[in-house]
Amino acid sequence: MSIPSPSAHVPRVSIQTADFDTGAELAALRAGDLGVGAVVSFVGTVRDRHEAEALGPGSIQAMELEHYPGMTESAIEAMIDATMARFRVRAARVIHRVGVLQPGEQIVFVAVTSSHRGDAFQACEFLMDYLKTQAPFWKKETTPEGARWVDARVSDDAALARWGDFASNAVASGGPGQA
Amino acid sequence: MKIKLRYFASLREALGAQGELELPEGSRVGEARDRLIARGAPFEASLARHKALRAALNQALCDESAVLADGDELAFFPPVTGG
Repeated sequence: MSIPSPSAHVPRVSIQTADFDTGAELAALRAGDLGVGAVVSFVGTVRDRHEAEALGPGSIQAMELEHYPGMTESAIEAMIDATMARFRVRAARVIHRVGVLQPGEQIVFVAVTSSHRGDAFQACEFLMDYLKTQAPFWKKETTPEGARWVDARVSDDAALARWGDFASNAVASGGPGQA
Repeated sequence: MKIKLRYFASLREALGAQGELELPEGSRVGEARDRLIARGAPFEASLARHKALRAALNQALCDESAVLADGDELAFFPPVTGG
Protein backbone atom coordinates (compact mmCIF):
# COMPACT_ATOMS: atom_id res chain seq x y z
CA MET A 1 0.00 0.00 0.00
CA SER A 2 1.47 3.31 -1.01
CA ILE A 3 0.75 6.51 0.85
CA PRO A 4 -1.51 8.76 -1.23
CA SER A 5 0.36 11.74 -2.60
CA PRO A 6 -0.98 15.22 -1.78
CA SER A 7 -4.20 15.99 -3.58
CA ALA A 8 -4.29 12.56 -5.22
CA HIS A 9 -8.03 12.58 -4.55
CA VAL A 10 -8.58 15.57 -6.83
CA PRO A 11 -8.78 14.97 -10.59
CA ARG A 12 -6.40 17.19 -12.52
CA VAL A 13 -8.71 17.88 -15.46
CA SER A 14 -12.48 18.29 -15.69
CA ILE A 15 -14.44 19.18 -18.82
CA GLN A 16 -18.01 19.86 -17.77
CA THR A 17 -21.18 21.80 -18.50
CA ALA A 18 -21.76 22.53 -14.79
CA ASP A 19 -20.44 25.59 -12.97
CA PHE A 20 -17.70 25.20 -10.34
CA ASP A 21 -17.08 26.52 -6.82
CA THR A 22 -13.66 28.16 -6.77
CA GLY A 23 -13.42 28.15 -2.97
CA ALA A 24 -14.17 24.45 -2.73
CA GLU A 25 -11.77 23.67 -5.57
CA LEU A 26 -8.92 25.62 -3.97
CA ALA A 27 -9.51 23.99 -0.59
CA ALA A 28 -9.54 20.52 -2.13
CA LEU A 29 -6.39 21.16 -4.16
CA ARG A 30 -4.27 21.97 -1.12
CA ALA A 31 -6.02 19.68 1.38
CA GLY A 32 -3.64 17.39 3.21
CA ASP A 33 -0.47 19.02 1.89
CA LEU A 34 1.18 21.13 4.58
CA GLY A 35 4.12 21.79 2.26
CA VAL A 36 1.97 24.21 0.28
CA GLY A 37 2.90 27.83 0.86
CA ALA A 38 1.27 29.38 -2.19
CA VAL A 39 -1.93 28.85 -4.15
CA VAL A 40 -2.47 30.80 -7.37
CA SER A 41 -5.57 30.53 -9.50
CA PHE A 42 -7.09 32.09 -12.59
CA VAL A 43 -10.79 32.25 -13.43
CA GLY A 44 -11.88 33.23 -16.93
CA THR A 45 -15.40 34.60 -17.33
CA VAL A 46 -17.67 35.26 -20.30
CA ARG A 47 -17.73 38.92 -21.35
CA ASP A 48 -20.71 40.66 -22.92
CA ARG A 49 -18.60 42.86 -25.23
CA HIS A 50 -15.51 43.21 -27.47
CA GLU A 51 -14.24 46.76 -27.22
CA ALA A 52 -11.80 46.28 -30.08
CA GLU A 53 -14.54 45.17 -32.44
CA ALA A 54 -17.02 47.91 -31.58
CA LEU A 55 -19.32 45.44 -29.87
CA GLY A 56 -20.48 47.36 -26.82
CA PRO A 57 -21.89 46.26 -23.49
CA GLY A 58 -24.64 43.68 -23.85
CA SER A 59 -23.84 42.87 -27.47
CA ILE A 60 -22.63 39.35 -26.77
CA GLN A 61 -25.75 37.53 -25.65
CA ALA A 62 -24.35 34.01 -25.22
CA MET A 63 -21.22 31.96 -25.75
CA GLU A 64 -21.21 28.33 -26.86
CA LEU A 65 -18.16 26.15 -26.37
CA GLU A 66 -17.35 23.10 -28.47
CA HIS A 67 -14.44 20.74 -27.76
CA TYR A 68 -12.82 17.52 -28.99
CA PRO A 69 -13.81 14.88 -26.41
CA GLY A 70 -10.88 12.64 -25.56
CA MET A 71 -8.24 14.88 -27.07
CA THR A 72 -9.18 17.79 -24.81
CA GLU A 73 -8.54 15.81 -21.66
CA SER A 74 -5.30 14.22 -22.86
CA ALA A 75 -3.97 17.54 -24.21
CA ILE A 76 -4.56 19.29 -20.90
CA GLU A 77 -3.05 16.38 -18.94
CA ALA A 78 0.07 16.78 -21.10
CA MET A 79 0.08 20.55 -20.43
CA ILE A 80 -0.04 19.93 -16.70
CA ASP A 81 2.84 17.44 -17.01
CA ALA A 82 4.84 20.09 -18.90
CA THR A 83 4.03 22.68 -16.24
CA MET A 84 5.10 20.37 -13.41
CA ALA A 85 8.33 19.52 -15.21
CA ARG A 86 9.14 23.19 -15.60
CA PHE A 87 8.11 24.74 -12.30
CA ARG A 88 8.15 23.53 -8.70
CA VAL A 89 4.44 22.79 -8.49
CA ARG A 90 2.85 20.48 -5.93
CA ALA A 91 -0.61 20.12 -7.50
CA ALA A 92 -2.52 21.56 -10.43
CA ARG A 93 -6.15 21.64 -11.49
CA VAL A 94 -7.91 22.69 -14.70
CA ILE A 95 -11.67 22.95 -15.14
CA HIS A 96 -13.10 24.05 -18.48
CA ARG A 97 -16.79 24.39 -19.16
CA VAL A 98 -18.46 23.51 -22.46
CA GLY A 99 -21.93 24.09 -23.84
CA VAL A 100 -23.90 27.33 -23.74
CA LEU A 101 -22.79 29.99 -21.25
CA GLN A 102 -24.20 33.43 -20.45
CA PRO A 103 -22.20 36.64 -19.97
CA GLY A 104 -20.82 36.79 -16.45
CA GLU A 105 -20.55 33.01 -16.08
CA GLN A 106 -17.30 31.29 -15.17
CA ILE A 107 -15.74 29.46 -18.10
CA VAL A 108 -12.28 28.25 -17.06
CA PHE A 109 -10.41 27.61 -13.82
CA VAL A 110 -6.66 27.02 -13.53
CA ALA A 111 -5.05 26.58 -10.11
CA VAL A 112 -1.66 25.48 -8.88
CA THR A 113 -0.11 24.96 -5.48
CA SER A 114 3.58 25.38 -4.72
CA SER A 115 5.92 25.87 -1.80
CA HIS A 116 6.49 29.49 -2.78
CA ARG A 117 4.64 32.14 -4.74
CA GLY A 118 7.16 32.63 -7.54
CA ASP A 119 6.65 29.19 -9.03
CA ALA A 120 2.92 29.31 -8.35
CA PHE A 121 2.38 32.60 -10.22
CA GLN A 122 4.50 31.53 -13.16
CA ALA A 123 3.08 28.01 -13.41
CA CYS A 124 -0.50 29.29 -13.41
CA GLU A 125 0.18 31.78 -16.20
CA PHE A 126 2.23 29.26 -18.23
CA LEU A 127 -0.56 26.68 -17.99
CA MET A 128 -3.18 29.23 -19.01
CA ASP A 129 -1.09 30.42 -21.97
CA TYR A 130 -0.79 26.80 -23.12
CA LEU A 131 -4.49 26.21 -22.71
CA LYS A 132 -5.40 29.25 -24.82
CA THR A 133 -3.29 28.13 -27.76
CA GLN A 134 -3.15 24.31 -27.62
CA ALA A 135 -6.34 22.92 -26.11
CA PRO A 136 -9.06 21.97 -28.62
CA PHE A 137 -11.90 24.31 -27.63
CA TRP A 138 -13.81 26.65 -29.92
CA LYS A 139 -16.06 29.55 -28.93
CA LYS A 140 -19.11 30.68 -30.84
CA GLU A 141 -20.74 33.88 -29.70
CA THR A 142 -24.26 35.15 -30.28
CA THR A 143 -24.41 38.82 -31.25
CA PRO A 144 -27.21 41.07 -32.59
CA GLU A 145 -25.94 40.21 -36.09
CA GLY A 146 -26.18 36.47 -35.42
CA ALA A 147 -23.85 33.72 -34.21
CA ARG A 148 -20.19 33.76 -35.21
CA TRP A 149 -17.06 31.77 -34.42
CA VAL A 150 -14.53 33.68 -32.36
CA ASP A 151 -11.19 34.25 -34.10
CA ALA A 152 -7.96 33.15 -32.46
CA ARG A 153 -5.76 36.02 -31.33
CA VAL A 154 -2.12 36.51 -32.27
CA SER A 155 -1.61 38.02 -28.80
CA ASP A 156 -2.29 34.60 -27.27
CA ASP A 157 0.49 33.05 -29.38
CA ALA A 158 2.73 35.93 -28.26
CA ALA A 159 1.89 35.22 -24.62
CA LEU A 160 3.06 31.63 -25.00
CA ALA A 161 6.18 32.74 -26.88
CA ARG A 162 7.34 34.62 -23.78
CA TRP A 163 8.07 31.19 -22.30
CA GLY A 164 10.16 30.20 -25.31
CA ASP A 165 7.40 27.97 -26.68
CA PHE A 166 5.74 28.58 -30.00
CA ALA A 167 2.14 27.88 -30.83
CA SER A 168 1.34 29.23 -34.30
CA ASN A 169 -2.31 28.91 -33.41
CA ALA A 170 -3.79 32.18 -34.65
CA VAL A 171 -1.65 31.97 -37.76
CA ALA A 172 -1.70 28.19 -38.11
CA SER A 173 0.08 27.05 -41.24
CA GLY A 174 -2.04 26.74 -44.34
CA GLY A 175 0.68 24.68 -45.97
CA PRO A 176 4.25 24.94 -47.22
CA GLY A 177 5.58 28.45 -47.44
CA GLN A 178 2.96 30.02 -45.22
CA ALA A 179 3.72 31.63 -41.89
CA MET B 1 -5.50 2.27 -46.41
CA LYS B 2 -8.46 4.00 -44.88
CA ILE B 3 -8.44 6.74 -42.22
CA LYS B 4 -11.22 8.26 -40.15
CA LEU B 5 -11.79 12.00 -40.42
CA ARG B 6 -13.19 14.38 -37.83
CA TYR B 7 -14.05 18.05 -38.13
CA PHE B 8 -14.77 20.66 -35.48
CA ALA B 9 -16.30 24.14 -35.14
CA SER B 10 -16.80 25.92 -38.48
CA LEU B 11 -15.42 22.92 -40.37
CA ARG B 12 -17.93 20.61 -38.69
CA GLU B 13 -20.74 22.94 -39.73
CA ALA B 14 -19.56 22.88 -43.35
CA LEU B 15 -18.40 19.26 -43.71
CA GLY B 16 -20.20 17.26 -41.02
CA ALA B 17 -18.67 15.82 -37.87
CA GLN B 18 -16.85 12.94 -39.51
CA GLY B 19 -15.88 11.15 -42.67
CA GLU B 20 -13.52 8.63 -44.20
CA LEU B 21 -10.71 8.80 -46.72
CA GLU B 22 -8.85 6.20 -48.78
CA LEU B 23 -5.17 6.96 -49.22
CA PRO B 24 -2.01 5.23 -50.48
CA GLU B 25 0.18 3.71 -47.74
CA GLY B 26 2.60 6.21 -46.24
CA SER B 27 0.56 9.30 -47.10
CA ARG B 28 1.05 12.41 -45.00
CA VAL B 29 -1.47 14.74 -43.39
CA GLY B 30 -0.89 17.41 -46.06
CA GLU B 31 -1.67 14.86 -48.78
CA ALA B 32 -4.91 13.92 -47.04
CA ARG B 33 -5.87 17.60 -46.99
CA ASP B 34 -5.06 17.92 -50.71
CA ARG B 35 -7.19 14.90 -51.59
CA LEU B 36 -10.10 16.34 -49.67
CA ILE B 37 -9.68 19.72 -51.39
CA ALA B 38 -9.77 17.86 -54.72
CA ARG B 39 -13.26 16.56 -53.91
CA GLY B 40 -14.57 20.04 -54.63
CA ALA B 41 -17.36 21.79 -52.74
CA PRO B 42 -17.73 22.06 -49.80
CA PHE B 43 -14.28 20.60 -48.97
CA GLU B 44 -12.44 22.83 -51.42
CA ALA B 45 -13.49 26.03 -49.66
CA SER B 46 -13.32 24.78 -46.06
CA LEU B 47 -9.86 23.22 -46.33
CA ALA B 48 -8.42 25.70 -48.86
CA ARG B 49 -4.69 26.27 -48.57
CA HIS B 50 -5.04 29.96 -47.67
CA LYS B 51 -7.07 29.06 -44.59
CA ALA B 52 -5.36 28.81 -41.22
CA LEU B 53 -6.20 25.32 -40.00
CA ARG B 54 -4.77 22.97 -37.42
CA ALA B 55 -4.67 19.19 -37.50
CA ALA B 56 -4.56 16.44 -34.91
CA LEU B 57 -3.50 12.85 -35.57
CA ASN B 58 -4.94 10.30 -33.16
CA GLN B 59 -5.95 13.16 -30.84
CA ALA B 60 -2.54 14.88 -30.67
CA LEU B 61 -1.71 18.11 -32.51
CA CYS B 62 0.41 17.42 -35.59
CA ASP B 63 1.78 19.19 -38.61
CA GLU B 64 1.16 18.35 -42.23
CA SER B 65 4.30 16.23 -42.56
CA ALA B 66 2.96 13.64 -40.10
CA VAL B 67 2.69 10.18 -41.70
CA LEU B 68 -0.68 8.42 -41.63
CA ALA B 69 -1.40 4.75 -40.99
CA ASP B 70 -4.45 2.60 -41.65
CA GLY B 71 -7.20 3.24 -39.11
CA ASP B 72 -5.80 6.58 -37.91
CA GLU B 73 -8.10 9.33 -36.70
CA LEU B 74 -7.25 12.62 -38.42
CA ALA B 75 -8.99 15.82 -37.34
CA PHE B 76 -9.01 19.23 -39.01
CA PHE B 77 -10.17 22.34 -37.17
CA PRO B 78 -9.74 26.11 -37.01
CA PRO B 79 -7.28 27.72 -34.59
CA VAL B 80 -8.42 27.02 -31.04
CA THR B 81 -10.18 29.68 -28.95
CA GLY B 82 -10.78 28.21 -25.50
CA GLY B 83 -9.83 29.62 -22.14
